[in-house]
Amino acid sequence: MSGPDAAPPLALSGVRYQYAGTSAWALDGIDLSVAAGHILGVVGPNDAGKSTLSLVASGLAPLAIGGRLEGSAALGGRETRELAAHEAAQRCGILFQNPSTQLSGTAHTVWEELAFGPRNVGLGLADIVERVEGSLAALRIESLASRDPARLSGGQAQLVALASVLALRPACLVLDEPTSQLDPEGTRLVGEAIRRLAGDLGSAVLVTEHKTALLARVADEAIVLQAGAVVARGPVREVLEDQALIELGVDPPPAVRLRRALRAGGVDARTEQRALDALAALDALATLDAPEAAG
Amino acid sequence: MRGWTGPLVVLAIVVATAAVTKIGRAMRPFVLATIPLIASILLVNTFFYPGAEDVLLRVGPFAATGTGLTEALQASLRVVAFALSVAVFSLTTPTDDLLVDLERRGVGRRGVFVIGSAIRTIPRMAERAGEIVEAQRARGLDTEGSALRRIRGILPLAGPMILGAVTDVEERTVALEARAFSAPARRTVIRPIPDSPAQRAVRWAAGLGAATLVALGIAGLVRLP
Repeated sequence: MSGPDAAPPLALSGVRYQYAGTSAWALDGIDLSVAAGHILGVVGPNDAGKSTLSLVASGLAPLAIGGRLEGSAALGGRETRELAAHEAAQRCGILFQNPSTQLSGTAHTVWEELAFGPRNVGLGLADIVERVEGSLAALRIESLASRDPARLSGGQAQLVALASVLALRPACLVLDEPTSQLDPEGTRLVGEAIRRLAGDLGSAVLVTEHKTALLARVADEAIVLQAGAVVARGPVREVLEDQALIELGVDPPPAVRLRRALRAGGVDARTEQRALDALAALDALATLDAPEAAG
Repeated sequence: MRGWTGPLVVLAIVVATAAVTKIGRAMRPFVLATIPLIASILLVNTFFYPGAEDVLLRVGPFAATGTGLTEALQASLRVVAFALSVAVFSLTTPTDDLLVDLERRGVGRRGVFVIGSAIRTIPRMAERAGEIVEAQRARGLDTEGSALRRIRGILPLAGPMILGAVTDVEERTVALEARAFSAPARRTVIRPIPDSPAQRAVRWAAGLGAATLVALGIAGLVRLP
């Protein structure tokens, strides 16, 4: 038996999508499902349809931007075409590449910025406080609460944008290349946050990324998108080790590249393992939790 | 002619407010901003006021008239009074308080958002302009020196500024939808604005005073500017 309550937070079935004013299908036959607490990574070359997939999965396409949707795109068992944009926003939050354009631009403090969404849906003051404090705590950015949102570093601003989305308590999160404009420190902060959101809050997360090393660390499964269609799927490490990725113009994670280079150079298995262990140790060193996200 | 009384009264109120709130120095840019407009008002009215015949002096084929000069000075005074009123308002009213209060008084969320984002976008646009100028300079564009060179420097600045602003608007619109901006519920006010009895009394007095003046003006008992 499966009613709407048992439905996954995000499920696409036979989805085709066409932007308004175009005749080509930007997405063509997408099937995927993300369960609560799981992270699905999406990789693919430029123009593969990753951002379009993010818009369709979050319901913004076609609810906010128009276009033609075929197939089933469901958030928690409800078809997105049956929802209003603000209802979809409460079921699935979306984070874009550029943190500066996601913030409301009207809030004086980060706290007020996070309250923007809950205020829009008319929650009472006590609920707003609870949600804002909860979102700050979930991303460990309580120390940013009184800061001006326009005066944050890139990584901090992206965390605030993510927290702003979380404040609407969506069961599903879509992250569209959330680290593409961030430096390594910002990437680390956002990567840690993604893992916590799935692990601690049980969010279903769909994340598109060019940084495959980040996906290898945070995602459970991955799909490869090409020309609007899924051409490969599976556990994230298997997908990212596929030789075909390079032919698509997607860089495999450093560990995969190192292993290939060592094997091509005829290095023995023991040395190969030591080199990979050293790389993993360096990676772990670079991704140690910082004492405070606010830095 | 519209007379001196109106703008002089406004100026007196503005100057008194500025003195009490100690914002005199901060008002300087607002006064400076009026200079080009005042210069043009003075020139056009003094030399080309229609029907004026009381010539004060002649400059070549052009004649400056007393009527034109008086009209120009009165118009300039009104411009200064308006600019300083805006200055007092913007320098003494925190934007956030204004927006919160507008919302509390029932102004729609879209209206409040447009006002708020416009106000907060200005410094961001200035920052972006600075970044673009630095980027253009790094690629050899000369943005200093003569006025002509500076004007030429504006052209490569305008393109990225306008395109960037348009792109931002598109992204912001979608991002707002993703934060339930179109929800039909009434937005919750989270920060009440302190409003003392004295402030309320002054507001009522100002409103009543304005209404009384208009009524007296309509009745022909007072000549309004």
